[in-house]
Amino acid sequence: MTFARVMIFSLFVLLAFTGFANILPQVQGDPPAEEEINTGSLDMAGMIALGERLFTGKGTCTLCHNNLGRAPDLLMDDLSQTLPSRLVDARYEGVAKGKNGAGAIEEYLLESMREPSKFVVAGYGKKGTNDTVSPMPVVNKAPVSLSDIEMNAITAFLQNKAGFDPTVPLPSAGEAPAADASDDGDEEDGPATDAVAAIEKFGCSTCHDLEGSEADLGPKLNGIGKRMDDAAIAKSILDPNAQIAEGFEADLMPQDFGEQMRVSELNLIVDYLKKLPE
Amino acid sequence: MKLARPVYILLLLAVVVALFPDLAQAAGEAGEKLAGAPQPTRADYPHFAGMSSRDIVWGVAQMHLFLAAFVLAVPLFSIATEFMGKITGDQRYDNMAHEFMKITMSAYSLTALFGGSLALALFLLYPHLMGYLMKVFRGQMLIYALLFLLESVTLYIYFYSWNAMRYGNRKWFHMSIGLVLNTVGLTLMFIANAWATFMMSPSGVDPATGAVIGTVWEATRNPLWNPVNLHRFVANIAYGGAIVGAYAAYMFLSEKDPEVKAHYDWMGYTSNFIAIAGFLPLPFAGYWLMAEIYAYSQQMGITAMGGILAWLFIIQAILIGTIMLAANYYLWCGLMRTENGQKYSKYVKYIMLVIVGGFLVWVTPHSLILTTEEIRQLGGTHHKFLGPLGIMPAKNTAVNLMLVFTFLSFQMFYRSSRIPTVKWARAGNMLIIALYVTGIVNIVFAGLYGYITPTVYKVGASVPQVISTMSIIIFSVIIDIFMLRGAKTTTVHWGRMSDRSQYALFVLPVAFTWLMGLMGYIRSSLRTHWHVYTIMKDKSPEAYIPTIGEAGNTITIITLSFMAVMVFVFWLSRLGATRQETPS
Repeated sequence: MTFARVMIFSLFVLLAFTGFANILPQVQGDPPAEEEINTGSLDMAGMIALGERLFTGKGTCTLCHNNLGRAPDLLMDDLSQTLPSRLVDARYEGVAKGKNGAGAIEEYLLESMREPSKFVVAGYGKKGTNDTVSPMPVVNKAPVSLSDIEMNAITAFLQNKAGFDPTVPLPSAGEAPAADASDDGDEEDGPATDAVAAIEKFGCSTCHDLEGSEADLGPKLNGIGKRMDDAAIAKSILDPNAQIAEGFEADLMPQDFGEQMRVSELNLIVDYLKKLPE
Repeated sequence: MKLARPVYILLLLAVVVALFPDLAQAAGEAGEKLAGAPQPTRADYPHFAGMSSRDIVWGVAQMHLFLAAFVLAVPLFSIATEFMGKITGDQRYDNMAHEFMKITMSAYSLTALFGGSLALALFLLYPHLMGYLMKVFRGQMLIYALLFLLESVTLYIYFYSWNAMRYGNRKWFHMSIGLVLNTVGLTLMFIANAWATFMMSPSGVDPATGAVIGTVWEATRNPLWNPVNLHRFVANIAYGGAIVGAYAAYMFLSEKDPEVKAHYDWMGYTSNFIAIAGFLPLPFAGYWLMAEIYAYSQQMGITAMGGILAWLFIIQAILIGTIMLAANYYLWCGLMRTENGQKYSKYVKYIMLVIVGGFLVWVTPHSLILTTEEIRQLGGTHHKFLGPLGIMPAKNTAVNLMLVFTFLSFQMFYRSSRIPTVKWARAGNMLIIALYVTGIVNIVFAGLYGYITPTVYKVGASVPQVISTMSIIIFSVIIDIFMLRGAKTTTVHWGRMSDRSQYALFVLPVAFTWLMGLMGYIRSSLRTHWHVYTIMKDKSPEAYIPTIGEAGNTITIITLSFMAVMVFVFWLSRLGATRQETPS
């Protein structure tokens, strides 16, 4: 009896915690999606726009470069004043020392990204280092891993913001846009968040009559929820040859959905299918 | 029999290999080219019957960690209680320490079972990662296995020799075995921590490729190793205390005999004391860990505190607030055990105001969850008056005040059965009051200062608050020790507690367990989409940080499973002590 009472009490306490966790904003942290960069057709306006996206996205620059005081607020500061002032700072000993103009700003910005500790703006160094060591990560190394083109794009964005004409070169058609050579190209744009998107993403309606496609390469799935349970539906997606519907051939359906799909996407599709009317 | 020289050399080599497996490994790899960390593609990850590999490992790892934390912590305070028994000559301490160990014994085999399952799941589902970790830590994993064997041997000897070595010099020998047991246990935890923290802040490997270029020791003492060691060590004590408290509460509720109930009431009080004593320094160990995370990678720190995981600290506040309220409620109920309790109970409502007020400040978010219409009406996502309560200075002030007043609840109960007889008692009391007032003013003042200092120094502003809290606690204890020497003591009616108060002792392990699950989720999520941060990417289908809701649901299922296992263990302990009467 005590066992049951304690377990029921524990369950209620746990449900309170769980309920609270479920009413907070629900955000899924997806790996950064690699942006397709068409190096052949990118003009300077495109470079600037790309730079802005990278600044707030993959580059994760705004984690620190914001109004909370961890790093200079590059989006709010008047860069036409602040950037040239860095080059004449008595402590600055970098490649753009003694230079001025847009070209010097480009050199300074690229240097800051590759060697953040080369010059640390006063008050923004790691604690106890007297502004000689920057807390900023080297952006062309992991975990940020920006490519040369991507760093150039951010430079173009900041130069433009400072009122200079960007001086960075436009990428050539054959240039590799991504930095991480280990990337095997199987990154995706993030998981589908609803069933229809998942159906579209994995091309289910190409063969099955779903979402009004009227396709007939695969069997009709209406009323499948009454014939099969969740586990069986999931199994027939992950291992389609295990059971072939009468009148259809094996090997027509891809065998690798287990590797392509996320569990959340598989669940969305299963839920969607089992609710299909007769 | 005379052995030939080559045999001696071979024997020597065997000993060297056994003692220094690193050396043997290094010799074998000397000629090989340094290889980097593996970079598996999505297709390289095995999957098991359409199940989520991460959920399997998450569940098993968490169950193992809960049990291991308990099994490692209990011998720590068991030996301290045994020592108290030896020093005071009070056999109750010795019996209680023995009973602590009895519960540990029941949980030990389950810990090993889940540990084995975890190893199996990791090697089956994440073979590339485990292969790489094996390469980095080489012989250390073998040493871990040997230490586990030693832990088992010492644990069994420590428990089963209890009554055989109960008095005189034998007792000291028995405690020495306990010391070995604790040393081995802590070493095991530190080794496992090295693997987990290496994945967060790798060292001893080439930062570009992950190739192993350093020694095992270099990989072990990575930047986050010691902060996590300290945090887990302190947290385990609090956790172990909470679980044992639940055991005492279970027995208190189950037993009918007043004497037995009195014993378990006393055990519950002591366990609650251990849990809170371990809990008080925990926020400070947490500060150090977070400061080191920031120092290692500002990006990682911001991901935790200001990024996608920031909301989790609001849930953390709910959990810690729940723990504080439950522990204090239990202490307030305890005032009914003493004759002078009534004298102190009039202060309870004020303490409650501070605890509840602090709790409310702590759970106040900086940005509110609002609809567009509500944002329009409010004029932004920050409330004019409540918004300032959402930032660190307010929360640091709240948590320090909550800790100070929780300590006051303890002090009140302790004093409720003692009347000081020293001449300077009045002056001593005034000194303690002055200590509290000065400390509280300092905590509030430092909190206000936090508002006018730049963000980077806000954490620094919490240092004087921590010093004030610790000063109040430490100096009050010192003054009390001297002031209550030879004090007139009144009877403590152990067992005079309501059933309702015992449920507060169940809230503690439930909230602690959920909190540990939540913190584990945060610690793992800090690596974002990396198995080994910046070295080896996670390309599995689940390389994303789950939503708070998804994590919360998973943690609840695991916690409920753990509670079911533990209550079953309690039930078994009671069953083991039950003897059927001889038929007449």
